Amino acid sequence: MIDYLLTEEQQMIRDLARQITDEKIRPVAAEHDKSEKFPWEIMKVMAQSDLFGVYIEQKYGGLGGGVFELCLATEEFSKGCAGIAICYSASALGAYPIILFGTEEQKQKYLPSIAKGERLAAFGLTEPAAGSDASALQTTAVKQGDHYVLNGVKHFITNGGDAEIYTIIAMTDKTKGARGASLFVVEKGTPGFSFGKKEDKLGIRASSTRELIFDNCKVPKENLLGKEGMGFIAAMKTFDMSRPGIGAQAVGIAQGALDEAVKYSKQRKQFDRSISTFQGIQWMLADMATEVEASRALVYASAREVDAGKKNVGVHSAMAKLYASDVAMKVTTDAVQIFGGYGYMKEYPAEKYMRDAKITQIYEGTNQIQRNIIGLGLIKESAR
Amino acid sequence: MNVIVCIKQVPDTTEVRIDPVTKNLVREGVKSIINPFDAYAIEEGVRLKEKFGGKVTAVTMGPPQAEMVLREAISLGCDDAILVSDRAFAGSDTLATGYTLSKAVAKIKDYDLIICGKQAIDGDTAQVGPGVAAMLDIPQITYVRKINDVKDGEITAERSTEEGYEVVQTKLPCLITVVKEINTPRLPSLKGKMKAKSAVIQAWKAVDIEAEPDRIGLKGSPTEVWKIFTPPARAQGQIFQGEAQASVDQLVDSLKGLLY
Ligand SMILES: Cc1cc2nc3c(=O)[nH]c(=O)nc-3n(C[C@H](O)[C@H](O)[C@H](O)COP(=O)(O)OP(=O)(O)OC[C@H]3O[C@@H](n4cnc5c(N)ncnc54)[C@H](O)[C@@H]3O)c2cc1C
Ligand SMILES: Cc1cc2nc3c(=O)[nH]c(=O)nc-3n(C[C@H](O)[C@H](O)[C@H](O)COP(=O)(O)OP(=O)(O)OC[C@H]3O[C@@H](n4cnc5c(N)ncnc54)[C@H](O)[C@@H]3O)c2cc1C
Repeated sequence: MIDYLLTEEQQMIRDLARQITDEKIRPVAAEHDKSEKFPWEIMKVMAQSDLFGVYIEQKYGGLGGGVFELCLATEEFSKGCAGIAICYSASALGAYPIILFGTEEQKQKYLPSIAKGERLAAFGLTEPAAGSDASALQTTAVKQGDHYVLNGVKHFITNGGDAEIYTIIAMTDKTKGARGASLFVVEKGTPGFSFGKKEDKLGIRASSTRELIFDNCKVPKENLLGKEGMGFIAAMKTFDMSRPGIGAQAVGIAQGALDEAVKYSKQRKQFDRSISTFQGIQWMLADMATEVEASRALVYASAREVDAGKKNVGVHSAMAKLYASDVAMKVTTDAVQIFGGYGYMKEYPAEKYMRDAKITQIYEGTNQIQRNIIGLGLIKESAR
Repeated sequence: MNVIVCIKQVPDTTEVRIDPVTKNLVREGVKSIINPFDAYAIEEGVRLKEKFGGKVTAVTMGPPQAEMVLREAISLGCDDAILVSDRAFAGSDTLATGYTLSKAVAKIKDYDLIICGKQAIDGDTAQVGPGVAAMLDIPQITYVRKINDVKDGEITAERSTEEGYEVVQTKLPCLITVVKEINTPRLPSLKGKMKAKSAVIQAWKAVDIEAEPDRIGLKGSPTEVWKIFTPPARAQGQIFQGEAQASVDQLVDSLKGLLY
């Protein structure tokens, strides 16, 4: 691995996340994949080790790092289990809008418990009829006195049901289209807020994905994040900040699969020798390793750019997510290939990496949508 | 509630080699860790602090490098750490180690409970904890698997025995030694690691703890190791199966065969 010149603190984060992965996550990853049980015991370990606060300011109980620190931890966890890792990093996705648009009061109210890992957060944008096209949102928030009343359904929400704090996009003015969306914090337990069934998924099965149902759910007006009408832009800014994290998840998955493939290729004997002695296998491994390193470099660079407070980071974070997830899909498929028939069996670790990798090309905007963002960015740039 | 945990730095392997000539443990070139049982002692101390307040002080007697395990103890939640280190302690056996630690504890003074591991994975004697308690003349509960209650200056704990467990109640201050069943040690925290990095570890020499020169190190260690061997494996037993009366007869016959 390239030396990315981590600070001592960043090394500590990576080492601790690695220790948790090796000692706590790897031994239970297959079990959670099978049972789909939410990994509360691991969440507790991460919380006790202060890892939920790496990206949160010190005055809110965090460690004062940023997106890059979150990426370091997410990458390590994802080597062991991407499903468990996303339970961790989706909490950050839910917290980012509060960090970006919350008032001091809102930050004081929510961030400390998120930083301590006492409460998980989640982010709810997607609806059955509004996926890639986020402007087609149906969920409404109508102001009534000192409350907003929410109605509608969000689906495919990571940490849905298990999180306590939800940042939700709803339409405060449908006539204004995308400019009529607003962002709210809704706490679990609010009357009128309930959960649908848990989805049965191809991968990241340790994580929970549920429907959020709002049925005349009254939310105090203090829970509005930012201003009315800012919801859509807020969602885009949130994704600019969160996409390097999906990239980091993809890098972790790919690295995990590569490590297993190297190990297996040395053990497996055919034609009286280890399959690692075949050039055909070595070249595959070489390509895999090169692509993983390239995606890591891109993910780290874009995370550092976000943390440096640069404007217009959207294109680069889209690139990081796009490239790392495509690499993860390719590398994990190749890892299964190197394992041969054993790779297809659940008894071996390769197939889970491949199943887990797929989601990184889909959520937080499909890779087609990332290409749209990058393409549009190029065109805008050249018009200047 | 103030707790002192005694931790020992040990080689990271259960396969400790013994020098055939000197009969001493070979420590060179082996990575050092906190004695695994002492990790349970630290965790229990930190849990008591979280429940009752107060602080946890980790103490080790060892060479200067043993400072490393003290820093680790801080990353796991201990507040203070004391390294008891002096050339004069070299060659200490369990008696001298117990004495030295008891003098260090006496200097710390303000404590309610001392927690030791059940035994060290290298020396394996399980004598140090009881030795410290005896020299401080305080009660002890060994092989504790659960602390049931601490209140009104008393502690109630379950101690493991081969047949089951005993519930023991005694006055504080006291010393307990703990077994693995007592808890699951946590991993370090980031804040703990950062604190550990910058922590100032106090170092105490023999004079600082007012140790009598004749009772420490080689001089204070009457133990002589004569021989170290692996006891022969127990022979396979024999099982008599089948109808009760017939197998009892078979058993009696074979026992008779052993006698005559
Ligand atoms: C496991 C899981 C967890 C999720 N977690 C969350 C979460 O926590 N919060 C949340 O809000 N959402 C979450 N999602 C939702 C996720 O972000 C959406 O599924 C994703 O954005 C795609 O939307 P869709 O499923 O409606 O697909 P669609 O938008 O229907 O897309 C179908 C296909 O059409 C393509 N397509 C659509 N539009 C275009 C276009 N303009 N140009 C080219 N191709 C196009 C897409 O790329 C895709 O291939 C999660 C989804 C999953 C599966
Ligand atoms: C066969 C044999 C070989 C030995 N070889 C050597 C040698 O080569 N060099 C050498 O210096 N000594 C040697 N010793 C001495 C031995 O290492 C010491 O007696 C040791 O400090 C304590 O004994 P133990 O390891 O059995 O601890 P135990 O009595 O099993 O430990 C019980 C608990 O006491 C506490 N404790 C023990 N030691 C310390 C400590 N130093 N600081 C803080 N807490 C402690 C811990 O909580 C521990 O869990 C040898 C002893 C034996 C029996």
